[in-house]
Amino acid sequence: MSAYIIRRLLHAIPILIGVNALTFVLFFVVNSPDDMARMHLGGKRVTDQAIEAWKEDHGYDKPLLINRESSGVAALTDTILFEKSIRLFLFDFGQSDGGRDISEDISQRMWPSLAIAVPTLLVGLAINITFALTLAFFRASYLDFWGVVVCVAMMSISSLFYIIGGQYLVGKLLHLVPISGYDTGLHAWKFMILPVIVGVIGGIGAGTRWYRTLFLEEIHRDYVRSARAKGLSEHWVLFRHVLRNALIPILTGVVVLLPTLFMGSLLVESFFGIPGLGSYTIDAISNQDFAIVRAMVFLGAVLYIVGLLLTDISYTVADPRVRLD
Amino acid sequence: MAPKVPQRQTVFKVVRPALRCWKAALAASLSMAIAGCSQQAWNNPYRAGEAAGPIFYGSFAERPKHLDPARSYSSNEWSFISQVYEPPLQYHYLRRPYTLVPQTATSMPEVRYYAADSSLLGADAAADAVAYTDYVLSIRPGIRYQPHPALARKADGGFHYWPLQEETLDKVSALGDFEHNGSRELVADDYLYQIKRLAFAPNHSPVASLMAEHIQGFADFMQRTKVAHEALEKVDGRKPWLDLRAFDMHGIERIDRYRYRIRINRKYPQFIYWLAMNFFAPMPWEAERFYRQAGLNEKNINLHWYPIGTGPYMLTENNPNLRMVLVRNPNFRGEAYPLDGAETDRSAGLLEDAGKTMPFIQRAVYSLEKEAIPRWNKFLQGYYDNSGIGSDSFDQAVQFGGGGEASLTPTMVERGIRLTTAVETTIFYTGFNMRDQVVGGDSERARLLRQAIAIATDYEEYISIFRNGRGQAAQGPLPPGIFGHRDGEAGINPVTHVWHKGVARRRGVDAARALLAKAGYPDGRDPATGGPLILNYDTPRAGPDSKAMLQWYRKQLAKLGIELVIRATDYNRFQDKMLKGTAQIFSWGWNADYPDPENFLFLLYGPNGKVESKGENAANFNNAEFDALFLDMKDMDNGPERQKVIDRMIEILRVESPWLFGFFPKAFSLHHDWYRNAKPHLMAKNTLKYLRVDGNARVVAQQAWNRAVLWPLMLVLLLLMISVIPAVRGFRTRERSHAL
Repeated sequence: MSAYIIRRLLHAIPILIGVNALTFVLFFVVNSPDDMARMHLGGKRVTDQAIEAWKEDHGYDKPLLINRESSGVAALTDTILFEKSIRLFLFDFGQSDGGRDISEDISQRMWPSLAIAVPTLLVGLAINITFALTLAFFRASYLDFWGVVVCVAMMSISSLFYIIGGQYLVGKLLHLVPISGYDTGLHAWKFMILPVIVGVIGGIGAGTRWYRTLFLEEIHRDYVRSARAKGLSEHWVLFRHVLRNALIPILTGVVVLLPTLFMGSLLVESFFGIPGLGSYTIDAISNQDFAIVRAMVFLGAVLYIVGLLLTDISYTVADPRVRLD
Repeated sequence: MAPKVPQRQTVFKVVRPALRCWKAALAASLSMAIAGCSQQAWNNPYRAGEAAGPIFYGSFAERPKHLDPARSYSSNEWSFISQVYEPPLQYHYLRRPYTLVPQTATSMPEVRYYAADSSLLGADAAADAVAYTDYVLSIRPGIRYQPHPALARKADGGFHYWPLQEETLDKVSALGDFEHNGSRELVADDYLYQIKRLAFAPNHSPVASLMAEHIQGFADFMQRTKVAHEALEKVDGRKPWLDLRAFDMHGIERIDRYRYRIRINRKYPQFIYWLAMNFFAPMPWEAERFYRQAGLNEKNINLHWYPIGTGPYMLTENNPNLRMVLVRNPNFRGEAYPLDGAETDRSAGLLEDAGKTMPFIQRAVYSLEKEAIPRWNKFLQGYYDNSGIGSDSFDQAVQFGGGGEASLTPTMVERGIRLTTAVETTIFYTGFNMRDQVVGGDSERARLLRQAIAIATDYEEYISIFRNGRGQAAQGPLPPGIFGHRDGEAGINPVTHVWHKGVARRRGVDAARALLAKAGYPDGRDPATGGPLILNYDTPRAGPDSKAMLQWYRKQLAKLGIELVIRATDYNRFQDKMLKGTAQIFSWGWNADYPDPENFLFLLYGPNGKVESKGENAANFNNAEFDALFLDMKDMDNGPERQKVIDRMIEILRVESPWLFGFFPKAFSLHHDWYRNAKPHLMAKNTLKYLRVDGNARVVAQQAWNRAVLWPLMLVLLLLMISVIPAVRGFRTRERSHAL
């Protein structure tokens, strides 16, 4: 397995180089260093000298991809692409174009995101599996039919509706929890309740349907028929055999998500005032802050690769027949 | 099987204490929650017991980027730093028109005009005769800085945190983590140091180029310090501290411990307004040296995030992604609430605190609320003391009477909510690119075309549709409250409006069509093509939210038979078009820096052309008479002479029509009954110190408005329990059923 992991990690290097290059090209197709300077210096009284000084101070005064004034290797290394990329691979994100330390910002903002995302994932998983097993148990009945109808209806509703509806009902009409906000430490609990409830309810439709499909696929397999034939009760068949064997695709979906959980959710965090990472990249794109954009895209790619690797490893745990060679 | 029994017992023994702990923790949490809930509403976003105190609760929608007074230039940033930093002058809170008064200064600056031979001129000296002007400022002795680690000194006089020890650095993650704080007296040198900071290139001050034109020696200082900084950077690594005290700036001088002089080129009467802005607030050199130490910037501890000032408040929590907290500066000297104001202020209760020592609020908590819906709902629940009004909630809050006057809806009145309105010192206009072949230029044809469009574009309708009536159609470039603005019949734009029964009425479309025909475009037809005249509107508003508004612009020109093509693009491309002069018609806005007509009329001064000099004259308007009058006007004192010049300048603009004057937005603001001394001030941002909050009244209202409604929760639980019964029955039936 070690060899497999090392091989996968080596494969990650060209992927990350490609992701970084693509981010660079896409960003600078839309924004020029002059645009960035104007955005950061504000709308009033911006002179050419101020723009040049800003670019120089932030390292955007060089050619983008190739420095024709330099020769040899310097033609490639004395460029914005090279200088802004090389430290990324050492996980040194440096400072944002607005002057904040990016690593410090990420380390501060990831915890509120996790505080919402982890309980939402765990509670959601438990509820979705329970509902899906119930529907599978009552398969081909009215309960199953109407359960699927409700799931489809819930899937069709925008997550924004759940957020605004939840805030209106629970926070505004019933006055049970704050409509939005956040606090540090143990004081955070009352701000987590509503986003977690909304996140869980918003995911029930899709989650239940997906898991129900997985369970129904397993339920018709030979080993299930054998289990029933030897006289096991239906709930024993479901919990002991079906659930266990359906874990592999569930695991695939969940484990790949785990590393990216701390990246947060844009909508939930914006509406509930959660100071997480959800809007960090979007805000950076709006503010033309290339330093943050490249760091977050790079980090996202790394985490996704790690997530996929963890998924592969988790297969071997869930199914001993799987070997990573 | 026998060995399994003790194993089970062991497991059970391990689990039981854990269970007990869990139960105890649950019981404790519940009792804590219930105890907490008994004191305040469940949905209260603040910690228990806070709201009764003199605390202000507000919100902000956009996180500030820079809190360094040399760099910060946007109103959302100034809302915070203006409570911390103190320039020598400030605006009087209550007087209208806006009036400057001393803040840290003992009196208004002594202004001395000098001729080229350095002879002193009189106060009424003509601008041409003045070679340079001195502003002499005296500051009050005894003013002290807020407690700050940069000023903390040991018993032997040395600094606690200079140089910063590595073990100290390891222990801190925010400014509040430093154990020692210190203070010192404000001196004239601190003001001079800040002026030098404006000129220091790495600070990227947005006013550096403007000040280089005015303050003597500023440009030279910029150059010298830039060279010195680059040399130091090579030796010392990135972002070293350059001691600006070692470099002289010819135009600024320390007279004594409490007095200093600023020398500017020629006569520039508007300079006095800059002395009320944060750019000219004092900065202790120790703070900049402290923040430049290695390791602090990596923890985001720098001047951009932790201001240091002498003002009534200090920023103790800066988490712009969550909350900003200002706390009363214990070293603040105290300042008396104004004794006088506008005529209506006494009846409005705004002079009840006259002469009392400010600030009244001890703590101000600003929470980030990016979305309008939660912000509005929390205001209605009493968790924010004041609020703006978004389009979504406008009808819920405001109604208009028969005469067009705005008032609160009965629901708002019932809650004791108050409304304040004020026309902002801002203009949103639509401009013609005067370099354009069709709409620009000095020809009679183009002039008549612009005038026709100015008549047809019904901004009264725009304000009604898109701004819920929150605006005033502009008759010229000067908003109300700015010297030179005229109200009533004398103030109407005769090209676009007529005075009818005491109100300004827009001329009919027929008048516009007549002008268009005279311009050579009968019924909007272009004689060159025979088809409709096609004009282009360049805008960065490409989203679906702007679709209705862009359609409205098309409709206005369609009244004349002109086809308006919307060229929507992103902001960067739009800026690029403006800089290159390839846009044809565009919309733009300007928010006043200071309440002087020069700050609006310079937007049309020829040498400020966007294309030629990257200035703020986005229309690239160039009129010799206007430019000459502008040069005269900008140096004049307010009075009949200046009014006459301004009248002529505005007359030129109305005839030439480089702008459709658009509208002046009207700010509507709501606040609760317990929030006192609120008066909109469109120039000053340091207004927190004047405000007062009755915390007890707020607590009573919050509890009355936010009683938890539990029965739906109980109902849901009951329904869930009931639904379990058929589920269990179904489960049992299924379990008992046969396969076949």
